[in-house]
Amino acid sequence: MSQRPTAAGDPVIVVDRLTKHYRVADKDPGVLGTLRHFVRRKHRVIEAVKSVSFDIAPGEIVGFLGPNGAGKTTTLKMLTGLVHPTAGSVRVAGHDPFRRAARFLEDITLVMGQKQQLIWDLPTLDSLRINAAVYRIPPAEVRPRIDRLAEMLSIGDVLAQPVRKLSLGQRMKAELLAALLHRPSIVFLDEPTLGLDVNAQTAVRAFLREYNAEVGATILLTSHYMADITALCERVLLVHDGALVYDGALADLVERFAPYREVEVELEHPVEREVLAAVAEIDTFEGRVVRWLVPRDALTQVVARALETLPVHDLRVSDPPIEQIIGRLFDGRFEGSAAPPTHPPAA
Amino acid sequence: MIDARPGRLRRVVALLGVHYDEMLEYRAELVLWMLSGSLPLILMGVWMQTAASRPMALQPIDFARYFIVLWLVRQATAVWVIYNFEAAVVEGRLSQRLLQPIDPGWHDFTEHVAERLARLPFLVALVGLFALLYPEAVWLPRPAALATGLALTAGAFMTRFAVQYTLAMVAFWSERASALQQLWFLFYIFLSGLMAPLTLFPPSVRTFAELTPFPYLVYMPTAAFLDSPAFPVDVGRAALVLTGWFVCFAVLNRWLWRRGLRRYSGMGA
Repeated sequence: MSQRPTAAGDPVIVVDRLTKHYRVADKDPGVLGTLRHFVRRKHRVIEAVKSVSFDIAPGEIVGFLGPNGAGKTTTLKMLTGLVHPTAGSVRVAGHDPFRRAARFLEDITLVMGQKQQLIWDLPTLDSLRINAAVYRIPPAEVRPRIDRLAEMLSIGDVLAQPVRKLSLGQRMKAELLAALLHRPSIVFLDEPTLGLDVNAQTAVRAFLREYNAEVGATILLTSHYMADITALCERVLLVHDGALVYDGALADLVERFAPYREVEVELEHPVEREVLAAVAEIDTFEGRVVRWLVPRDALTQVVARALETLPVHDLRVSDPPIEQIIGRLFDGRFEGSAAPPTHPPAA
Repeated sequence: MIDARPGRLRRVVALLGVHYDEMLEYRAELVLWMLSGSLPLILMGVWMQTAASRPMALQPIDFARYFIVLWLVRQATAVWVIYNFEAAVVEGRLSQRLLQPIDPGWHDFTEHVAERLARLPFLVALVGLFALLYPEAVWLPRPAALATGLALTAGAFMTRFAVQYTLAMVAFWSERASALQQLWFLFYIFLSGLMAPLTLFPPSVRTFAELTPFPYLVYMPTAAFLDSPAFPVDVGRAALVLTGWFVCFAVLNRWLWRRGLRRYSGMGA
């Protein structure tokens, strides 16, 4: 069983058997389908989130992973009070999010990579004026906070430009600035680096790490970029088809769902495939580079055999990329884990 | 412990200021929106022509004053919140406002008020143009009439906003809440005094109209400004009725809001 990274304090987010069902209409295409739908409506219930339970301690940065439609965003919407749960309970900073208490809303933020809160035709500073008043930030503190966040995000020089004139990366940084101006202690991020170039992604990650260290904020982050997760999160929650399938350390995820390592050898000169296959089962072989997937307990033996029998120019041992592990897990074709990937929810 | 943080007034002032800036960005559209509400000016010409060609209870100058004031009242009470709200619900943009510790309605309300302020210079210019074209229709209302007219106009705007914001709540159940507004507008056109002063209505139609909120949204504020025996108005009663309609719709609005939020799914957001 994987160990959760520990963080001090009582959980700040407690989720207990959280469930969300949506009732959606089903309609066949075409005129006939439309007429049939008009006379006799067909509905079905989508179980977007199925009895999910976990808790998060103050100051933790937790990655929330899963394929499209797994229920990540719906869960975030319930945690922030946007969507009413069908069943189960949520407590965030001691509040029931759906009641939208002012104290609760002043304590959280949700940044959605594809949605903007900034006013499109005005400079970012105007949106910040609204946020400063709405979140009742003392006037004397507003400018220093803006300056500090702008410095961390390196966007001080564009805050006076209309939002529509900003690049995607600048806009995302400005969104982050606006979302964090009130210094929320709980930050929900839904794909915050979506569509950004590599430099902007790196800058956003560095900023989030710095914000977490400076404010001690709890961060729950969804992302399709595994680099976001590996750079920021020690702990991950994995959801699939609405259910929580893993809750634990990122490092343990690799061990649990990828009980093998990659051994890659660059040869000094080409060698017959049969010779290479005698070392271990080949994963890929191209030119003078061969890669084996080796069970962890056989690693030493395989490496020793390769060094003894092959003209090795270079040798590397690594874990398979996390994207590959999770991709295989969600595709249901993960060879190293025959059992369904269940894990007891966090206590 | 004393909470020294600034309160609601600061929020409203900030929202008004920023939305005013935003409206100034759209100044060209603003003029076009104003001109799109020129039906009263067209009707003014029609009624003046009619009054000049046959004997009527009202003279051409009465119609001129009535319709120019009515046009101003309509400019001051224009509401479009249902279109904004419908789009916000359907596209999930309401989510961003729900995350803030302030009722999302304040954004819409202050946007409307800010737009009124941004319209003001254009209104003054157009009224000046009217005075140049038809100087004999110019008159200065008594201060008391000005005050009651402004008060009823403010009440009409608040009530119209409450009504439309309440109809907008239907967006939680239907993707086309604005269709209700179209139906509402049909009655608004005929019963509010927009097409003709209420004094020209047959008595039975007038009695029926006064049972609805419509004449209180247009005719009553207009008549209060005009302060003329040609356009009688019971200001006290009008204020009371407006308040009643406002309270009814405000209560219904809050009820629908609470129920609607449970259905909200934040689609697309």
